[in-house]
Amino acid sequence: MSKEPNHISGYKDHLMILGVLILLTIITVAITQVELTALNTAAALFIAALKATLVLLYFMHLKFDQKVFLIMTVLVLILIAAVIGITVIDYIDRY
Amino acid sequence: MNTKTGNMENVIQTHPAHPDIHRDDTASKLGMWLFIFSELLLFGGLFIVYSVYRYMNHVAFDLAHRELSVTVGLINTIILLISSATVAMSITAIQKNDKKASLIFLSATILLAVIFLINKYFEWGSKFEHGMYPGSDLMGMLSNGDMLFFSLYFFMTGLHAVHILIGLGLLSASLIKIRKNKIRSDKYSLLENSGLYWHLVDLIWIFLFPLFYLIH
Repeated sequence: MSKEPNHISGYKDHLMILGVLILLTIITVAITQVELTALNTAAALFIAALKATLVLLYFMHLKFDQKVFLIMTVLVLILIAAVIGITVIDYIDRY
Repeated sequence: MNTKTGNMENVIQTHPAHPDIHRDDTASKLGMWLFIFSELLLFGGLFIVYSVYRYMNHVAFDLAHRELSVTVGLINTIILLISSATVAMSITAIQKNDKKASLIFLSATILLAVIFLINKYFEWGSKFEHGMYPGSDLMGMLSNGDMLFFSLYFFMTGLHAVHILIGLGLLSASLIKIRKNKIRSDKYSLLENSGLYWHLVDLIWIFLFPLFYLIH
């Protein structure tokens, strides 16, 4: 019996993800060249989060590995988001 | 019964000097992930510092970020993304038992990492030439907001560059071990974990690039 399902990502899969990542990067640059202030910061960070998700799931193989890695990563990301969120709310409240 | 002893003999035959009965790839990957989490928390903390100071010095941060070249930042972003893909492909190659392809992809990753650092050298170098470096007289004369922006810029991209150097070390060690057949299709934990580290370096840059070079 094999100890774990051994998924091998193909070269093409990696190249496709790379293409999407580069495209998203160019979109971010294009968006931030337009003056939209707050909206464009939000858009840039949203796209960055999207890119990070792609890297985590495909390049870092979380989508195909044992689920424990994915669950732990999500928990850590929730922790980071909570800490950032609470700090930001605190500062907005004070100033 | 027979197959069991057959397997054991097989293990000992293929790895006579080092049977590796206690090897646990999943555990070593788990260890790597735990380390990556600690790195995420480290940079997460720095992102909080950045966000708070940005919120308090919005105008200064907006003006200061125009000093950075979007083109250089964009080129470096694309270099890191490609290098992330090539290291992933190097792992695919070793899983498919294609040593040559694995070496080529890994060498490409290392080359791209070096190009990233060369770009960084010129980028920082031009700032240094204008007297802009941590602790310089010019930095001392800047307004509070400008000084915070550039201090955070040097610190965060500098810390990221240190990670690139460490990643270079790990990838080079993997390259040597593939050459010596110490990393093979049935034993590639070091390459996989170095790859994870390299993706982390890419992951951090994905956020550093818009925060410092783009948003205003």
